[in-house]
Amino acid sequence: MTDATATAAPATDTRRAGRFLYLAGVVVLCAWVIVPIYFLLVNTLSSPDTVNSFPKPFIPDFDLGSLAFFAKFAGMLTALKNSVIVAGMTMILSILIGAPAGYALSRFDFAGKELFRLLILLTRAFPLPLLALPLAVFFIRTGLDDTTFGLALVHTTLALPFAVLITFSLFSGIPIELEEAAWTLGCTRVTAFTKVVLPLILPGITASAIFAFVISWNEVFAAAVLTIENRTLTAFLLQNLDTSPLHLKFAGGFILVVPALIFIFAVRKYLFAMWGIANR
Amino acid sequence: MNARILPYVLILPVTIFLCLFFLYPFILVAQLAFTTGAGFTLDNFREVVSHWKFPISMRNTLLLAGIVVPVQLALALLMATMVTKMDKGRDMVLYVWTIPLGISDLAAGLIWLAIFEQSGFLNTMMGALGLVERPVNLLTFQNPVLVFVAIALAEIWRATAIMLVILVAGIGLIPKEYYEAAEVFGASPWKRFVRITLPLLRPSLQTALVLRVILAFEVFAVVQALGGTLFPVLMGETYAYQFDLLNSGAAAAMALIILVISIAATLVILRVLRVPKGATI
Amino acid sequence: MAEIQIKNVAKTFGSYTALHDINLTIADQEFMVLLGASGCGKTTLLRIVAGLETATTGEVWIGGRRVDHLAPKDRGIAMVFQNYAVFPHLTVFENIGFGLRMQKLPNDQVKRRVERVATLMHIEQLLKRYSGELSGGQRQRVAVARALAMEPDVILMDEPLSNLDALLRMEMRAELKGVLAESKTTAIYVTHDQVEAMSMADRISVMHQGKIVQAATPIEVYRNPAAEFVAGFIGNPPMNFLRAEPAGEGKWKVAGQVLDGPSTGKGPLQFAIRPEDIDPADQGLTAIAKVVEPLGAHLLVTCEVDGTLFRAVLDSDLQVKPGDKLTLAPQPDRVRWFDPQSTLAVA
Repeated sequence: MTDATATAAPATDTRRAGRFLYLAGVVVLCAWVIVPIYFLLVNTLSSPDTVNSFPKPFIPDFDLGSLAFFAKFAGMLTALKNSVIVAGMTMILSILIGAPAGYALSRFDFAGKELFRLLILLTRAFPLPLLALPLAVFFIRTGLDDTTFGLALVHTTLALPFAVLITFSLFSGIPIELEEAAWTLGCTRVTAFTKVVLPLILPGITASAIFAFVISWNEVFAAAVLTIENRTLTAFLLQNLDTSPLHLKFAGGFILVVPALIFIFAVRKYLFAMWGIANR
Repeated sequence: MNARILPYVLILPVTIFLCLFFLYPFILVAQLAFTTGAGFTLDNFREVVSHWKFPISMRNTLLLAGIVVPVQLALALLMATMVTKMDKGRDMVLYVWTIPLGISDLAAGLIWLAIFEQSGFLNTMMGALGLVERPVNLLTFQNPVLVFVAIALAEIWRATAIMLVILVAGIGLIPKEYYEAAEVFGASPWKRFVRITLPLLRPSLQTALVLRVILAFEVFAVVQALGGTLFPVLMGETYAYQFDLLNSGAAAAMALIILVISIAATLVILRVLRVPKGATI
Repeated sequence: MAEIQIKNVAKTFGSYTALHDINLTIADQEFMVLLGASGCGKTTLLRIVAGLETATTGEVWIGGRRVDHLAPKDRGIAMVFQNYAVFPHLTVFENIGFGLRMQKLPNDQVKRRVERVATLMHIEQLLKRYSGELSGGQRQRVAVARALAMEPDVILMDEPLSNLDALLRMEMRAELKGVLAESKTTAIYVTHDQVEAMSMADRISVMHQGKIVQAATPIEVYRNPAAEFVAGFIGNPPMNFLRAEPAGEGKWKVAGQVLDGPSTGKGPLQFAIRPEDIDPADQGLTAIAKVVEPLGAHLLVTCEVDGTLFRAVLDSDLQVKPGDKLTLAPQPDRVRWFDPQSTLAVA
């Protein structure tokens, strides 16, 4: 009897130790993500003097000086506005252009389907920002250079493969029987789509639209290459890296991060559905 | 509308768009790279390759990718397996772990700058622990290894989430029955991971690796933020050619070189991780 | 008038022929069942009538109008799908009224019709719910109600009961039959379940490999199967087949017995008899019992006759053990004969 209890105790000990290790690992990894962002927050919410001082406090002094400096810095707010405009356009364009293709891929079998899928996959495998270089020349010729619309077009190219593949998976999740039932109940193809399919995929489409927004918002290389007067936030910060003071850099960095935090929270349910199937 | 032409109508916008803004610029890049004023030439390539910074930037890019990607893969796999065991709090932890997905590489560089720069948090912590008396200028050319480590850390921090999401989704596709069967037939947790999870994750691993490697060769803003000119990388050099030296031919040549190594790496990964026909879930 | 005429309809998918030259006329208000195993083409044929598939050749006429070039919504049909296709984002009320709203009927009329069919299908208390909250059986009723609400000329049903459990299926069968008889609609019903077919149909079209093998009333299909395939498909347990050699004018040797049969004279024939149409007697076929299954209502004895598998449904009071030797006499008017080459019935 004593033997049984004696052997039982070490087993639970190892299990408890394992569990503790597991929990500790989770906490460490969460901290690993959160702490650096927190540091940025500290810098953002501190006065410019604090940002440039040593040692750094671990708690911000809640001084809005850095943010005020950021807002007043010449061209910064315009850059912010430009980022929003470009990202908004990218979002709309990528869904409007990509969703029909996603629908076609999920519902129809047609000659050239595999070729088309290959083209989509190819664009994802390609270092797309590099295309900004020749497009700079092309845009000059067509008058699109240094415009938010021009940059939005490039960003849409970046976001399109995702839009197509994500909408493809969304539509594939809706059984075609639902559309067929609508056809027998008096709908045309278009009305069946708007009344039956659209309401069901709206959350997913919204999520992928937000994803397209974030892709555009975060993009650096193409934005830096293609915009001069109408810079986006990323381009602005990049080009001022050498010359800008620390508190400007960090405040700007934080502004870059905030929408992402919010958006990823909003679409977190769809992230795995989107990526898991955009996987194939 | 005729069901036979409808699909083509639907894919037309995307096809036109991609031809215009992907295929066409691609051809332009090739054109730019292979011409100067005087027609077809390899001069741009020669100029680029013979520049003293080229071997350094090539080495740096490949070294960074070679170290960061495997670390990220292991970390992502670890995190993915940890997540599958969770029930309560899974959503929250997953959200936290995927936050970096939405963070621009520039912002990530700035975040780690806040840590590594001279008056930054690392120095603060070292000072508090009594390791140094005055703040050390960490990110200088005197500490190339440290600069590399800072950049590597920032990259690992930023981009592990991309692989994590793909792997978690891939693991989710593996039916539980396979694990249960393996358990019944005597496989330990580690064995189950190696014999069931990893092989069935092959398609996801493929995607995650290809995506990550290509992004790794494009590394740009993180390096700019943390190292500037201290750590030349291919993409940074491309940008410099275009913007500072106003030499678009050379920039295009660099772009093509990046493209070629990306394709080569993709092919290698696809070959090494290929899935036999019929061996998918 | 909702008579359906299917004229020379054929359908190929690439190199695969799903339907070969189908000709079928379904009378107004007739309940026609398309019966067959998976892959026989029954669903394809239904979808061609519905307009969800286009025939490669041939014509479809509904109510005296040629419809094969018309969209589903213009054919006067309503359909019940195998997986119900109840719209998840609409309430039961909105689902049932969907087709009526498409026709832009006034609200009070929609309300009246929806409530009437809902009461008919016993789901009037579910009108405010969403399909996610319903059981399979309830969803199936919604699907049927939605089709009935259209008051169509023709109602098409694609295996509507196949996803229900056995008990529910039996209840729904009777209910559906009653509801459809009352609604005076022409119906085409697709199923692979021959019990369903037998119980519900006015006529059954037995389909096999893209062809209609026999189209007749249930009892006709049961008693006088036109081909071996029908004989073996209908009835559970299926018909028994034995080889018959000619033994003179109108006489055939079956498992050592000489029986009266058709007077064609040529070649061997297939002798067929249903397990329930054979009784123990002094004179008859010699059978050795192999497996005895007491099924309560009767005894199912699997025997060997002349080396061939042979089943007999006998009285449950009979004492039979495996290994017993039985003498079984077929009821003469129930014996059927088939040509082994063409597999067709011989008079």
